[in-house]
Amino acid sequence: METYELIVNGRPMEVTTDPGTPLLWVLREELKMTGTKYGCGIAACGACTVHLGGIPTRSCVVPISLVGGRPVVTIEGIGRDPVGRVVQDAWVSHDVVQCGYCQSGQILTAVALLKAIPKPTDADVEQSMGGNLCRCATYVRIREAIKIASGQVK
Amino acid sequence: MRRNLVAGTDPGWNRRAFLKVSAAATGGLLVSLYLDRPALAQEATSAPTPKVYPPDAFVHIRPDGTIVIQVNRLEFGQGIHTALPMILADEMDAAWSRVVAELAPAGAVYADPVFGIQMVGQSSSITDSFTQYRELGARTRAMLVGAAAARWKIPEGECRTQSSVVHGPDGRSATYAELAEAAARIPVPEKIRLKSPGAFRLIGTKTRRLDSRPKCDGSLKFGLDLDVPGMKVAVVAHPPVFGARVKSFDDAAARALEGVRYVFEIPLARGTGVAVVADRFWPAKQGRDRLQIEWDLAGAERPDSTRLFAAYRDLARTTGNIAVARGDANAVHAIPETRRIVAEYEFPFLAHTPMEPLNTTIRFDGDRTEVWAGSQFQTSDQLAIAEVLGLKPVQVVFHTEMTGGGFGRRAVPDSHIQREAAAVAKRLPRGVPVKLIWTREDDVQGGYYRPMHVHRVEVGVGSDGMPAAWRHVVVGQSLVAGTPFASMLIKNGVDSTAVEGAADTHYAIPNFHLSAHHPVNSVPVLWFRSVGHTHNTFVIETLVDELATRAAMDPIAYRLKLLRPGAKRVRSTLTLLQERAGWRRSVPRGHAVGIACVQCFGTAVACAAEVSVEEKRPRIHRVTVALNCGLAVNPLTIESQFQGGVGFGVTQLMSKGAITLKDGRVEQRNFDGYSPPYMKDAPAAVDVHIVPSDDKPTGCGEPPVPVIAPAVVNALFRLTGKRYRTLPLMAL
Repeated sequence: METYELIVNGRPMEVTTDPGTPLLWVLREELKMTGTKYGCGIAACGACTVHLGGIPTRSCVVPISLVGGRPVVTIEGIGRDPVGRVVQDAWVSHDVVQCGYCQSGQILTAVALLKAIPKPTDADVEQSMGGNLCRCATYVRIREAIKIASGQVK
Repeated sequence: MRRNLVAGTDPGWNRRAFLKVSAAATGGLLVSLYLDRPALAQEATSAPTPKVYPPDAFVHIRPDGTIVIQVNRLEFGQGIHTALPMILADEMDAAWSRVVAELAPAGAVYADPVFGIQMVGQSSSITDSFTQYRELGARTRAMLVGAAAARWKIPEGECRTQSSVVHGPDGRSATYAELAEAAARIPVPEKIRLKSPGAFRLIGTKTRRLDSRPKCDGSLKFGLDLDVPGMKVAVVAHPPVFGARVKSFDDAAARALEGVRYVFEIPLARGTGVAVVADRFWPAKQGRDRLQIEWDLAGAERPDSTRLFAAYRDLARTTGNIAVARGDANAVHAIPETRRIVAEYEFPFLAHTPMEPLNTTIRFDGDRTEVWAGSQFQTSDQLAIAEVLGLKPVQVVFHTEMTGGGFGRRAVPDSHIQREAAAVAKRLPRGVPVKLIWTREDDVQGGYYRPMHVHRVEVGVGSDGMPAAWRHVVVGQSLVAGTPFASMLIKNGVDSTAVEGAADTHYAIPNFHLSAHHPVNSVPVLWFRSVGHTHNTFVIETLVDELATRAAMDPIAYRLKLLRPGAKRVRSTLTLLQERAGWRRSVPRGHAVGIACVQCFGTAVACAAEVSVEEKRPRIHRVTVALNCGLAVNPLTIESQFQGGVGFGVTQLMSKGAITLKDGRVEQRNFDGYSPPYMKDAPAAVDVHIVPSDDKPTGCGEPPVPVIAPAVVNALFRLTGKRYRTLPLMAL
């Protein structure tokens, strides 16, 4: 067991855990932040996506020992970011979700896309969102919500 | 936990009023109006799901005006958690902005009024509960009006209601919250008048989901997110071959991990396994993966996809148990060979892989147990847990949790997940809660698949180009053999779920012969969203398309000509699809459009898919769907279900869209080997058109699924000249 200092959604936090524990499970079980989801454990579905040092990252394959000082932003914190709030609002106003389980990861990925490319093309959207699985296949509405959000990002 | 908050132990509940409505047809609908403290105390706590389950209640008017409506179904994406409250609130004239929906726990009162058990299946939630929820709303409204009339000493007829307020003459008014206490003392009216469709205010309007915001900010707790104080996590080593048993195991490496608390063998629905119970998921999974288990494989079958397909192909050349025999069974052989099509189809096992991995949280206290799970079958899951723990069902408190998808995977007749969780809880000290988690590998390899099938069809074409004779053999495991559903669903040795969509085809074929073989093997199988239609619609709609091509007719015109006169709903969708001609215009070079239609659980769908070939894969540019589900309760949800449902239906076209077995072992482990559609694989755009109707409403969860795969391969034929009869689709 080791003790790690993390910055999650802007707040310093401390956890004591096995160095190999993935960030996903530290968030969910030690910090009780369950908005970040377990879907596959092999970085193949994107449900566990968080921003790590500003980069969308599959938290299920990042051991806690490798997080270091990079700030972590999760679905619980993304609404305090102006782009994050716009994306969440677009998701709600456009009724994107169905079961909703993958949507934390979809939203975190979409926010990163719009921060990098405020006016993404369809190809940009497909490329950025391409690894986020939605078994309900809400993809059409995700595409549309990203367009709506894109129009509102300042 | 919640136990100290339920009715009976809290003096606040003594003030509640509780009323019974007798409804002859369903034997025991209860409406209750609860009058209790404002803002229920438990909302301030951090209980896993901050709600109390009032027994037998559907409607609860709080003093602050909030109206809590219990939903008697699992919500796992389909939107029923919004639609049923809309129906009730409409008849009640409740202020929609004050409506809160809750998922009801297991309880007899929450049974499906038609099936008699609490369940989600056959897209029946709206079909079966539409009138139930309207009547609940109308009765509640009538009692509130009665209370207002009594207060004002006027006839009820002089009152009208709108947005949670009763209005009387001379500008008098009272809110529902003000009237609730008096209303609770009014006898529940036997007779009520339901609104005429023209008076609906919510039903038929595009209404946003009630659960969107908490699903977008991470606050909604799915079953997997629950954190019960003192909870442990269990991960189980399952047999590598279905039905195998543990011979011996070495758990030293697992026990050496910090956080691992218990390791023990448990019985499973098929075979046995070894459970690792730890403080957290990660040590439990690490411990499970470090177990050294010697399995007894001697008694286990070794099913193998290649061998099974060979055996199924042989069976398909023989007549099975007769599902339909209309006209002359041998008519097809009287038609010259030049006018015959003989087609063989092969479909693999499919895994549902809902995004939220399977899980159940359970605490066994000795004389009672409390369970939190996303279940499509609460009634039978509750019974199964009671059986494992030696309890009566009433001693099993079963909470329905918000769930990350299911597609049939949480409607399990043998309740194997609940039994597994109960078997673990039984071995733990009393009162220790445990969450059983199936990893994605457990899910992909764990069986309960859509069965593999072989179909063989011989079609004889008449001189008019229409099918004069159709002889069809379906081969695949029965979904219900050996389950409590067998007596209801197997007739003449034919499992009706295996032939649905074919036996009841909407096409008029004079000589129609359909039979089925149900070989038995050890691979557990389960219904998969749209069930028999997943394979039957593919076969029929690709063959009908082939017939239309042979007849040199437009595929929609051909289908319209072939429809039975009574197939009104399908006709209406094909006609609407034809009218919405946008999809026909400006189809770019290199693209082609394919058509398919279906009637699935009452709802009819016609679909046009515009497709091209990119990197040897189908690229689905635009799908246009016309549907007839009777009265469209929430057109926004319906649009979403159809957009998502056609995307889900692409599953069976994916190049890695098959579960295969080799010598008894499943060859895929996770989303790397079994790959459902990602954004690029699903349609880029889906336009949904609803046929206007006031007919009895039918469901929209499953009907979108069957049409997309045949529509896409029908389009591919126009691009490649090839017919595709084996799924998944390999490189084009």
